[in-house]
Amino acid sequence: MNPANYILLSALLFSIGAIGVLVRRNAIIVFMSVELMLNAANLAFVAFARMNGNLDGQVVAFFVMVVAAAEVVVGLAIIVTIFRTRRSASIDEPNLLKY
Amino acid sequence: MTEILPAEGVFSLLWVLIALPAVGALILLLGGRRTNTWGPYLGILTVVGSAVIAIVMLLAMMAEPAEQRTVIQNVYDWVFVGSFQVSFALQLDQLSIVFVLLITLVGSLIFIYSLGYMAHDPDRRKFFAYLNLFVAAMLLLVLANNYLLLYVGWEGVGLASYLLIGFWQRKPTAAAAAKKAFVINRVGDVGLSVAIMLIFITFGSVTFQDVFGQVGEASEGTLTAIGLLLLLAAAGKSAQFPLQAWLLDAMEGPTPVSALIHAATMVTAGVYLIARSNAIYNAATWAATAVVVVGLITIFMGAIIGSAKDDIKKSLAGSTMSQIGYMVFAAGLGPIGYVFAIFHLLTHGVFKAGLFLGAGSVMHGMNDGVNMRRYGALKGVMVVTFITFMAGYLAIIGIPPFSGFWSKDEIIHAAFERNWVIGAAAILAAGITGFYMTRMIAMTFFGKKRWEDDAHPHESPAVMTIPLVILALGSTFLGMALLFWGDIEKWLEPVVGYESVPTPLPTWVYIVVTLVVVIIGAIIGWVMYARKEVPIEAPHGSVLTRAARQDLYGDAVNDVLVVQPTYRTADALTTFDNKAVDGFVNWTATFVGDLSKRLRRSQTGFARSYALSMVGGAIVLLVALILVRLS
Repeated sequence: MNPANYILLSALLFSIGAIGVLVRRNAIIVFMSVELMLNAANLAFVAFARMNGNLDGQVVAFFVMVVAAAEVVVGLAIIVTIFRTRRSASIDEPNLLKY
Repeated sequence: MTEILPAEGVFSLLWVLIALPAVGALILLLGGRRTNTWGPYLGILTVVGSAVIAIVMLLAMMAEPAEQRTVIQNVYDWVFVGSFQVSFALQLDQLSIVFVLLITLVGSLIFIYSLGYMAHDPDRRKFFAYLNLFVAAMLLLVLANNYLLLYVGWEGVGLASYLLIGFWQRKPTAAAAAKKAFVINRVGDVGLSVAIMLIFITFGSVTFQDVFGQVGEASEGTLTAIGLLLLLAAAGKSAQFPLQAWLLDAMEGPTPVSALIHAATMVTAGVYLIARSNAIYNAATWAATAVVVVGLITIFMGAIIGSAKDDIKKSLAGSTMSQIGYMVFAAGLGPIGYVFAIFHLLTHGVFKAGLFLGAGSVMHGMNDGVNMRRYGALKGVMVVTFITFMAGYLAIIGIPPFSGFWSKDEIIHAAFERNWVIGAAAILAAGITGFYMTRMIAMTFFGKKRWEDDAHPHESPAVMTIPLVILALGSTFLGMALLFWGDIEKWLEPVVGYESVPTPLPTWVYIVVTLVVVIIGAIIGWVMYARKEVPIEAPHGSVLTRAARQDLYGDAVNDVLVVQPTYRTADALTTFDNKAVDGFVNWTATFVGDLSKRLRRSQTGFARSYALSMVGGAIVLLVALILVRLS
C-alpha cells in the first residue's frame, strides 16, 4: 500500500478536527476535535517514519501521546470547573477576557 | 631694560597683602553673628595692615634704582597642564604699587567712614566681609603677573560689586541694579576671557613678561583683535560706552561702596588693564584709536548725564563715567598718555572718593534723601562736609593748585600732542564738568532751604568727617605731590613707557584756555542754579535734559538691541519646543494610542475566533512555505 495515502488520511483527519474546533460550541466536542488533530499528526509521524525507514517519527508519536494524555487531564479539569460555575459547557459563553 | 628680581626682604610679604583682607572676609563670613561686635574692627584692621605693608614696600622700592623695581613672587604652581603652565605668581612694580596704595589707603579711609555710616545697619558685619572680599580681589587683580590670575581678581571684584550693590536686597531696585551690573559686566568678562585664549594661542603663555616680550612676533591683525577684546573687557568693568548702563543703577548700593568700588578703584580696573597691556596697544594702532573714541564718547555721555540728574549720587556717577572716560582716552593716546591716565586715576580716586563720602555725609544728615532739589543752604549746618566737598569740587573741575588740575591738564596737553580736534573736545568736556559740579554744589550747599519737613540736617560724627578731611587734603595736595615730588612720569616710565611730543603752542596757552572754559561752565552753572530759585519739582526741560535724565536712553537702546531680541528668541524657541518637538512626540503617542484603540477591538473574548486566526495564520505560513519551496 502506498504510504502517501496515510498522509492524505492524516490531512483529512486534521482538517476534520480543525473544522470541529472552529464550528462546534460544546467544549467536550471541541476537545475531542483537538484530540483528533493530535492523532492526525501522530499518524503523519508514523507514516513518515515508515517512508524514511527509521524510528524517529515513531518516537515522536509516543511523546505526542504522553503530552496529549497530560493535556486531557488539565483540559477536562478546566471544562468541568467551567461547567460547575456556569451550568453549561458552551465555549462561547466565558468571554470575560476581552477588550 | 627692566630687571626682574625674586621677592626678598620686605617683598616676601607680597602674598600677605592679599591674604590679610581675604582672611578677614573668611572669618567674617564663616563667623556669622558671633563676629557682630568686633567684626567691623577686624575688617578695618586687615585693610590697614595691608596698607602699612604697602607703604613699607613703597619705601623699599624707592630705595632701589629704577631698573630693579620689579619683583615677582611665585606663590605656588597653579595650573600645569601640558604646555599650558600658569603659576600663582604676584608681580610688584611701579604700576602695581600705586594701585596697591590707592586701594589700601583710600580703602582704609572708607572702611573707617563705613563704621559711622553703617553704624545702625543690622548686617554691617556682612557689609565689612564683602568689602574685605573686594579689597582682596582688587589687590589680586593688580598684583597678578599673568592674565589668568588677573582674570580671577577681575571676577572677584565683579562678585564683590554685585554683592554690595545688592546689599539692601530687600529693595527690588537694589536687587535689579545688582543683577544688571553683573550681567553687563559678564559681557565685558567674555571679552577678557576670549582675549586671554587668543593671547595663549598667539604667544603660548599668559605671563605679562612673555606676552609683552613677544609682541613683535605677532601679526598686527591678531594684536588688534586682542586689543579690541581687552577694550571690551575694560568697557564693561569701567562703565565705558557701550557697556555704561550699569554704573548709574549701581548707586543703589551703600554710599561707601559707591565711593570705594564705583568711583575710586574697581571701575578703574579697565584703565589698569589697558595701561598694563600697553605693549599690545602700542603695536595695534587701530585698537588704540578705538580706545580713544570710546573714551571720548564716554567723557561726553557721563558729563551730559551728570548735568541733568537730580539724584546727587547719580550725578556723581555720571561724573565718574566721564572722568574714567578721560583716563581711557588718555590711555588710548599711547606712550604720551599712559602715565597721565594713571596719574588722573590716582587723583580722581582720592577726590571722587572724597566727593562720594561727602555726598554720603549729606545724605546721612538728610534722612538718606538723595534729591538735590530738596537740599540747599547746607553750607552753614554741615561745615566740615561743605569744606571737604569744596576741596573735591575744585579738584574735579581742575582749578590750580588742586590735584585734578594737574592730572586733567596733562591729559588735555597729551591730547593736543596727538591731534587738536580731540584736544578741543577734551577742553569742552572740562567745561561741562565745571557746569555740572557747580550745579551740584549750588543745589546742595547754597541757595535757599528746600528741605523735607522732617529733615533735621546735622554734621556727621567724627568717624565720618575725619576720613573726609584726609581725602580733602589728598584732593588738594596729591596732584602736586605726585607731579613735583613723586615725579610720576619717571616713576611709571619703566612699566608703561613715556614720551613727549612738542605741541605747536606753548603749554601755558592750553592751561589758560582750559581754565577759561571751565570757569565759563562754572559761571553758567552758578547763574542757573545758585542765582535763580531751584524749583522743587523738576521742570520739563529741553530734549537733551530729558534724554540725560533717561541716561541718554542707554537702557532703551539695550532694551531694543539686546533685551527684546533675547525675549523674542526665547519665545520663538519655546514655541518651537512646544509645537515642533513636543508636537512630534505627542503626535506619535496619539497615533499609537488611536491605533491600539482600533486594534484591541479584535480581542473579542470568543475562543473560537482566536482559534480561527490561529488556523488562518498557520495556513498563511504553510502557503508561504510552499510558494518558497516551489519557486
